[in-house]
Amino acid sequence: MGKDSSTSAYAIEIQQLAKSFGSHRALKGIDLNITRGECLAVFGPNGAGKTTLIKLLATLSRPSKGKIFLTGLDITKEAIKIRHQIGVVSHQTFLYDNLTAYENLKFYGKMYDVPNLEQRILEVIDQVELRNRLHDRVGIFSRGMQQRLSIARAILHDPQIMLLDEPETGLDQTATVMLSDLLKTFTSGSRTVLMTTHNLKLGLELSDRLVILHKGKIAHEDSTKNMELANLQDSYNRYTGATS
Amino acid sequence: MNKVFAILWKDILSELRAKEIAASVLFFAILVIVVFSFAFDPEDDTIGLVAPGVLWVAFTFAGVLGLNRMFAMEKEKGCLEGLMLCPVDRDIIYWGKMAGSFIFMIIVEVVVTPIFLVLFDLPLFMPELALIAVLATVGFVSVGTLFSALATNTRAKDVLLPILFFPIVIPVIICAVKASEVAFDGKPFGDMLSWLGIMGAFDVIFLVVSSLVFEFVIEE
Repeated sequence: MGKDSSTSAYAIEIQQLAKSFGSHRALKGIDLNITRGECLAVFGPNGAGKTTLIKLLATLSRPSKGKIFLTGLDITKEAIKIRHQIGVVSHQTFLYDNLTAYENLKFYGKMYDVPNLEQRILEVIDQVELRNRLHDRVGIFSRGMQQRLSIARAILHDPQIMLLDEPETGLDQTATVMLSDLLKTFTSGSRTVLMTTHNLKLGLELSDRLVILHKGKIAHEDSTKNMELANLQDSYNRYTGATS
Repeated sequence: MNKVFAILWKDILSELRAKEIAASVLFFAILVIVVFSFAFDPEDDTIGLVAPGVLWVAFTFAGVLGLNRMFAMEKEKGCLEGLMLCPVDRDIIYWGKMAGSFIFMIIVEVVVTPIFLVLFDLPLFMPELALIAVLATVGFVSVGTLFSALATNTRAKDVLLPILFFPIVIPVIICAVKASEVAFDGKPFGDMLSWLGIMGAFDVIFLVVSSLVFEFVIEE
């Protein structure tokens, strides 16, 4: 049964979520709730199940077991409604190299039925500070600029929930700082955010709460309030068996 | 419908800039026609038997090249995931990509057919050939788009697509060859109706089936 999206207390509810690929169990029964407006960082080593979790939440993949509700809607039954409410930023940009920034945004805007599209394109392109490159082909953009445009694409339809899958991957230090500043702007306020990252500092700066995922299970969950980076590093090492 | 056109517009704009699909497909099809025109003497009485096969071999193999690229370009930068994140039914993606493949193939056929007719010393005005081409191309791309999406998630997609695709699309190619044979022989239009009918039925069945199963093919 679907829940009432207007009255559900949680933006994201995950119940006993499991996902298998053949005999490999990527996620092994996860329970997680994220309240509206909260920002949750998911840390974990490669193969922990972070990207699988994001793909399931983004309706790109179906759970093997368990339930996911986004704003009270069951993702297996109301995927199209849910896709209107989520914006995804990944290490892949989802942008077409042969199209200009404007053409990419116009294409995605049409696919999402964005009202007043021309005006909205200018708003988001200003927010990511790429107005002067609006009519340049994306293929000639630097990796950092492409990722900024990818954020513009993700927020074009003004989603309530942002899913960020290692958005800093492949960026140099300067671009990571710029991305971090941008994400702070977009993750503050009423938007609910779930981000996966290997960058403990970035995750700590942006999130209200953190989860450490290890071998498809939640190994640790904590608030980031008053947490120091060194403490987070200790927790990460302890729960994942990593040595820094 | 406007979302189908948005996908089509994006594919056409992308291709106009990159010229990856049309250029390679066009070059390959012309090359096949030219090679065969040297192999067979246009003055020979048997040319009417050979020519339809040559024409459709060229279109079929060139078409597979194009189909391979249609979804390969979506895989770059994860654009296929970007498309799948859009709040639309999966069959919208199918219709958009199918329409793009159809237009690219028709353009190739419009350019290559006159060259073929000249090289094989056949009459240049053959309106029935346009009908055969449209029906055969719809059948070809309706199945091809589905298998292109299927193959794009595999490592050996260049090899896998023809292996999966040809056995299914063979009825359309046979009908196109037989109908073209009737046209080249100058026989009455009524003689090709049965072949056109089979192609029409194939088109309807595979357009419906492919759009319905596309969702399961494209998802993990």
